[in-house]
Amino acid sequence: MKMTKAKRNKLIYNIVTFALVIGAFLILQSMIANKTITRSLKGQLVPICCWIVMAVSLNLVIGISGELSLGHAGFMSVGAYTGAVVSGLLINVYDIQDATLRLVIAIIAGGLLAGLVGAIIGIPVLRLQGDYLAIVTLAFGEIIRNLVNVLYIGTGDGRLYMSFLNKKLPEGIVMLVDGAKGAVKIKPISTFTAGFILVLITLAVVLNLVNSRAGRAIKACRDNRIAAESMGVNVTKYKMMAFVTAAVLAGMAGALYGLNSSTVVPTQFTFNQSINVLVFVVLGGLGNVLGSVISATLLTVLPEVLRAFADYRMLVYAVVLILVMIFTNNPTIRSFVNRLIAPFKKQNKSGGDAQ
Amino acid sequence: MSQKKHSSTRMVPVPTNSIVPERDINEIPVLETRHLGIEFGGLKAVDDFNLTIGKTEIAGLIGPNGAGKTTVFNLITKVYEPTSGATLINGRDLHGLGIAQASKLGIARTFQNIRLFDNMTVEENVRIGLHNNIKYDMFSGILRLPRYWIQENRQHEKALELLHIFGMEGLADERAGSLPYGVQRRLEIVRALATNPKLLLLDEPAAGMNPHETEELMENIAKIRDQFQIAILLIEHDMNLVMGVCEGICVLNFGRIIAKGTASEIQQNPVVIEAYLGKKKEGQA
Repeated sequence: MKMTKAKRNKLIYNIVTFALVIGAFLILQSMIANKTITRSLKGQLVPICCWIVMAVSLNLVIGISGELSLGHAGFMSVGAYTGAVVSGLLINVYDIQDATLRLVIAIIAGGLLAGLVGAIIGIPVLRLQGDYLAIVTLAFGEIIRNLVNVLYIGTGDGRLYMSFLNKKLPEGIVMLVDGAKGAVKIKPISTFTAGFILVLITLAVVLNLVNSRAGRAIKACRDNRIAAESMGVNVTKYKMMAFVTAAVLAGMAGALYGLNSSTVVPTQFTFNQSINVLVFVVLGGLGNVLGSVISATLLTVLPEVLRAFADYRMLVYAVVLILVMIFTNNPTIRSFVNRLIAPFKKQNKSGGDAQ
Repeated sequence: MSQKKHSSTRMVPVPTNSIVPERDINEIPVLETRHLGIEFGGLKAVDDFNLTIGKTEIAGLIGPNGAGKTTVFNLITKVYEPTSGATLINGRDLHGLGIAQASKLGIARTFQNIRLFDNMTVEENVRIGLHNNIKYDMFSGILRLPRYWIQENRQHEKALELLHIFGMEGLADERAGSLPYGVQRRLEIVRALATNPKLLLLDEPAAGMNPHETEELMENIAKIRDQFQIAILLIEHDMNLVMGVCEGICVLNFGRIIAKGTASEIQQNPVVIEAYLGKKKEGQA
């Protein structure tokens, strides 16, 4: 089959995305081996991977499916709690000492449960459009957070105890989730390699999905709902597909994130966190997966680097967001930028068009 | 009216004077509407619309602005749920079905104000049309199983084959939104054909085309009918096109059919002339 220009561009984009991620991983690994990496950056590696996965998966919902979802941190918290509980169970009940195996099982469980929650939420929510959908997803994100706020899970005698009221749990069991104190006594088992593999899986899933029959249908629903339906595309099904896939990925990121520290508390997954991920997505460009990867990395690292100015972080975020919006959406500024880069573009084009 | 509306079991008198061409007389009509109607807050936008279209007929739907022509298309394609009457496609009642399900039964359409997927390429637009014809599931796509490559190749070949009808293979990689108006209209027809329809609804296909392009379009409409053996119903204001290509013409005014017949019958019908040009006042020459 002859490779068309559009296809070649897509392939180049995918290769650049993967090359960048793999290259960054190799550099960081060599830095770890040489011990030239700073301590704060080393501590940030796993969270960076988590936020990349969160940003890319939210981009699937917002950029590619075109639905504004403001409850993405909710799915992350489902994953984080599931991961913590599953990991705790595997140690305490099934006595599995292999950390890697526990991590893999925990991540898969986190993804599955978050996907299930995503499907349950998606059924009523995806009937709405635009602002309404944004508001309802926001509400669901808060509901999830408030539910885990009063969730108590413990294990003892090889059994699992779960309650939304602390009193009902028997004495003398090992608490895994302790209400507002969050998931406690987690044995941190997340590794940078696991995070890197999760990022690769996420990129492969999202990029392959976008460039397939289902991905085209998702984009068609976004671009023109009536036209897509008239072509026989089941709009609800494909919106659901994007939403649930994103929830699964967010749950996996959550499990990895939760197992990176010794406690997970509900306040880590507030509305602010959802907005944070939204900032990654918008800054990287709607529908632009590589952009999400880069912006998630930069915006996770920057606050640590600029620790002294951490108080102004949200202010800078706001200003940057406004500027990006103006620069990408203001026709005057866009045409100005286009005029600036026109001479360079023309040279390339004349070279490319000569066949 | 206490009678339950648009129930599929309701007895309805079959509309008279249908204008199905003779070659289709023994076939099940591809489209049959019975007393189809819709009200918007008391306003009857379409009322008692009865139309039968034969298996390979080219029919026209004309009428002054605001007569309800596009509303009829929206009723047939289930964008609107009718408040009365029934639509049958190949003898199957469309009652309760959604737009996508109606499409699967063999209805395809183009839009008066073009609705292409502007940010996708021409080929991708056609591939959306092929959505239900050349399938593979989501997991084959994500895991790039052999089925993905086989079906993607089939989609590619089929898309180019369809684009060839209008000689548009060379544009396959262009962004749909960047195409000239006339080409976009043709792409919409190709995309609709990709769904493998039995009935093709064209909403003002010649709008914005110059006389030469319209001439070409006329030939292509006939060619499409012959090649795909489908029925075509078109809305058009260009009377040359309508009179030239349509076998049966239906005239709509204020939501009601005022005349049905062949091109020459319609041209001489005083009611039609009145609807378009207005009534002659008494005493005027």
